[in-house]
This record gives sequence, structure tokens and C-alpha cells, in this order.
Amino acid sequence: MTKPHAIIIGAGFTGVATAHDLAMRGFDVTVVERGPIANGTSGRTHGLLHSGGRYAVKDQESAIECIDENLILRKIVPSVIEPNGGLFVALSESDLDYAEEFIAGCEACHIPIEQLTPQRALKLEPNLNPKLLVAFTIPDGTFDPLRLAMSFAATAKKNGANFHLYHEVKSLLMDGKATVTGARLLDRTSNKEIDLHGDIVINATGAWAGEITAMAGADVPIKPTPGIMVAFERRTAQRAINRLCAPADGDIVLPQRRMMVVGTTSFAADNLDYIPIVEDQIKLMVERAADLLPGLRSVKLRGIYMASRPLIGGGTGRSIARTFKCFDHKETHNLDGFVTITGGKATTLRAMAEKTADTVCAKLGINAACQTKETPLISYRQFYSLN
Amino acid sequence: MVEKWNITVKFYRQKQGEKPHDQEIKMDVNPDENVIDLVERAWALHDRTLVFAHACHHSTCGACGMRVNEREKLACITPVRSVVANGGTLKVAPLRNFPVISDLVVDMGELYRRMDLVGHQPVDSDREEAIQPEFRPAGPAEPNEDFMRLSDCIECGLCMSACPVFSSTPDYLGPAVLAGAHQAGLEKNPLLFKLIDSATGVWRCHSAFECTAVCPSNVDPGWRIMELRRKVIGDRVKTLFNPRKPAEVGK
Repeated sequence: MTKPHAIIIGAGFTGVATAHDLAMRGFDVTVVERGPIANGTSGRTHGLLHSGGRYAVKDQESAIECIDENLILRKIVPSVIEPNGGLFVALSESDLDYAEEFIAGCEACHIPIEQLTPQRALKLEPNLNPKLLVAFTIPDGTFDPLRLAMSFAATAKKNGANFHLYHEVKSLLMDGKATVTGARLLDRTSNKEIDLHGDIVINATGAWAGEITAMAGADVPIKPTPGIMVAFERRTAQRAINRLCAPADGDIVLPQRRMMVVGTTSFAADNLDYIPIVEDQIKLMVERAADLLPGLRSVKLRGIYMASRPLIGGGTGRSIARTFKCFDHKETHNLDGFVTITGGKATTLRAMAEKTADTVCAKLGINAACQTKETPLISYRQFYSLN
Repeated sequence: MVEKWNITVKFYRQKQGEKPHDQEIKMDVNPDENVIDLVERAWALHDRTLVFAHACHHSTCGACGMRVNEREKLACITPVRSVVANGGTLKVAPLRNFPVISDLVVDMGELYRRMDLVGHQPVDSDREEAIQPEFRPAGPAEPNEDFMRLSDCIECGLCMSACPVFSSTPDYLGPAVLAGAHQAGLEKNPLLFKLIDSATGVWRCHSAFECTAVCPSNVDPGWRIMELRRKVIGDRVKTLFNPRKPAEVGK
């Protein structure tokens, strides 16, 4: 029997992780991507390996996904992670009011935390705001976004997956009106078109998912929600520093190489391909970062960028759950051969891939178990050095 | 009020199997935005056929290295104001010394292969104390703290493009790779010692220090190459007076 052929659209986090999962389950995998690896939302993430603490009060499903996946990623891809932990820090009375819910939420989601006195917290992170009232340790980390994606892609490639970078999907190939059978691609490096046929087409384009489903006359309830991130050119902490409060603008500032990165905001966008930077948001981010680490007020900015989260619809902005969803379009639009995976967060990329691969296997009647929880990934560099 | 400039951006364009040419696009820019922002906007709003590489937009990934007005830059941290004046022309071109895939994108597979070869560690313990002196705590550090940190080298390839030796000698390991060997540590690896103590290793460098001049990430490859030379010479002097078996070289 020949292997089933899966075409994955998008080489962001979900695309590369799904390629890895399906390649391990014995699929022929082809990933098509209009740019390089992780050029959209994935590359432009904050870089926070979430412990789940940020969601432990209002969105416990996401919080549990985060802590579970955090522990798995530390094991399977340590070469792209700064595993230095994090702190939640209270600066005001209202932050203190949040502490009780936070402790209960973390306990409910099995996120290990430890309460610190201000003196102890300042001993661990001397550049914290000295007026802090209380702090909690939490198992956050920092990851390198591009290299995280490349590690999955490299491992998928080693297991036989093909990657067509700089190939843009121009249309979906249909058998009549009821089945998606492949995609027509434009090779942007040569301006030549090619047709690719597969047994299943997986739309892993995140915030852009609606643009691909529209090609088949379908839609998905995705609400692209951009936010700003600002990088400072000095590192003033070793751990991710979170404000102890409900999710808010600029509530996380974290170290990465010799920088600190603060984010983010939450608003609506028209054109996802180019999101202009809003000056007022830069000032807000600097203020919020300096609330937690006052030294940053005098540090030069190094990079400013926007990323568009793919939030699953219903509600607005911060109230939307951060979990993910795999849509089988046979169920949503009576359209066969076509699934969409979207929503979620960088930290949950592996779980998103597992869910997608489960859906695909069930659709095609294939009995193959997920192996990605236990499989260490190979060096991200091999994405380019493997032939 | 955001300042607005009008500049001409001259893009190097090349599709596979075709000859390269320049394409000029007149663009309204904010002088404080970075070059990657206007390259992305050129693709999004002016010409969808433009091919370029980018990912993190804040200098942690190294994907957007290019030549801006003939100088190697990481486009995501290069403010427009620093490379052109209002009404002027900004030229963007791919890195040198790597094969062009299309337009602004080059194939850096060889760099990645060599970084693996010398055993450069992408995450390392924070030996060089990333927290700069003005932000370091007074008094003794907390004991038993073993922080890990993503390495300074982001494999952007700028130094390999700027190196006058690498352009004429493709076998030369190159500044990023030699700096990678220095970070990996010769002491642990006798084979590495042999690899860099050679005509394609540290002795090929002409000390132009172009690598250090263009490095966006504090790696200072030029200094590291000189450090490697010192180690090699030190080892030679030592073995002159205390000969060892070949298997022990570099220990």
C-alpha cells in the first residue's frame, strides 16, 4: 500500500509540528509555505514558554495545555530554550487582590508555584521594582521562535517530509464541489506554477486560515488579533517577569539573548500581511515594562514588531480563550479532504499537531499512534544541512 | 506627530534561471521604522513577487540579514534614518558569498553545516554574564544559580558576507564558524583543534575585522579568531618543551 499524502499549507508552528507528527505516523508529507519558515505570527511571538500561569484564572483549558506542553518541550527540544523560570509580581493592591484567584487557579491546573517575600524576590532578580509587594516563582521559559520551528521542520525532513518554501497557494484543487484534492502553487523563486495532489489538505495558516478556506468556499471563526512587542537592547533579568494581574497590555517582559522583550496589546486588523506599528503602543509597552523592571526606562529600544494572533471567534480581545481547534470541513461545510487547525499558542504547537494528526488519521481510517511526546527533535540546523 | 519621508528603494531582483536586475519603488516611510518594515510593506502593498527572509523582527533569529547600501545589516534593527536621508535612495541586496535563491534570499546551508561541525552550542550556560554591569546586582551573586542563555551568535551570516577572505576562499571556515569553535571550546575537542589550526582555519584570516564591524549580536568574531590563535601558539610552545603523543593534541 502506498503511503497517504498529506499537504500542509503553512510552515509556522502548527504546520511544522503537524509535518513532524504525520511523518512519524508514516505519511508522505509536503509542506507548502509562501515565505520562509515562521515568517508570520510564529516568528514574531514573544518567545515565552508559557507555564500556564497567565491563563490559570479565566482560561484553565489553555493553562493546562500550556503547563503540560511546557514540560514536554523542555525535554524534546532543550537546544532552543532558556529554561530559567519566571516570576509573577504584584505591584499594587489590586494585584494583591488577584493573588488568591491566581494561587487557586495554578493549583487547579497543576502549575507549581512558590510564594516569595519581596526581599527574596529582589535577591533573585535585583532589577525588579523594589516596591513589589509579593512574588511567585513559576516554571516559565524563553524560546527562540525560528529555531523552535526549524527543530520540528528538521526532524520532519529527516523522516521524509518535503518542504516547498516560497511557494504560494493560488487555489485549491477540487474534485467537483465536495472534495479538496490538492493545491495549485506559485513557486515565487521562479514564477512557475505547479499542481500538487494529496489525500488530505491541512490548512495550518493560523491568522490567515480564513483566506485559505475561502478558496474552497468555506469559512472558519477566526479573529486575527494583532499585538505589539518591543525589544530593549539590555538584559536586566534572567527570568520571565509577569505582572500578577488578569491578562492585560504589556503584562509580560522576558529575557532573550542579551535583550528584554515586552508585550503585548490586543486590537483588530484589516490587512494581515502588513500591520503598521502604532506609536502610542510603543510608549505604553515601555511604561508597562518599566513598572516591573524600572531600569528599562533608560534602555534603548532595539526592535519593534507586530504579530497577529489567530484567536478563535466569539467574544472580543482578551476575553477570547487561547485554546486551539481543529475543524474537519466535512463536518462544517460538507467538504471532504480538507481540515483547518488554528487558534492556540506557540507553547502548545505539539499538542495542536497531535490533535490535527488524530483528526486526519480518523478521517482516512489510519491507525497510528502519536509519538511526538517522547521523541527528541534533531538540531534545527539540519533543516538546512539535510539534503 | 510621526515624521514622514519619501525615499526610493532599489531592490535587487532575481528569479531562478534569470539575470538579476534592480527594481525601484518610491515609498513613504517613517524614518524611525526599520528596513524590514519597508521591505515587508513593499511586498504586501507594492509587489507581491518580492522574495525576502525574515522571522522574529527583533534580532533573535538572524533571518533577515541583507546588504543595505552595500553594507551588511540585520534589516529588523536597522532604522531607516541610519542608512538614508529624506529624498534619498536606499539599496537592498542579498548577502554575498552565499548562493542566491531568489531576490533577497540566500542559501545559508553551508554556514549551518559548519556551525554543527564545530559544535557551537545554541543554548549555553550564561558564562559571559549577559546582564550588563550597570544592571548587575551589587555584592555576591545568588549561589547555585546556573542560568542558561541563547547564544549570542544568531547565524545571520553578516560576517560571512562581509569577510574579504571568505569571498575569495570558500574553503575558509569563516568568521562565524571560527567564533562558533571558540564558543564550543577547544579544550574539549582535539579534532576541533586540528580543524582550526590549518590553512582554512585561523591562519587564513587577514585581520580585516570586517566581521566584528558588521556583527549585530556582540559576538566579535575577529577577537575570537585572535584568541584561538593565542591558544594554538600556547599549545605549540607547551608541546615544544613537553612532547606528547599525537592523540593528545589539543588536550
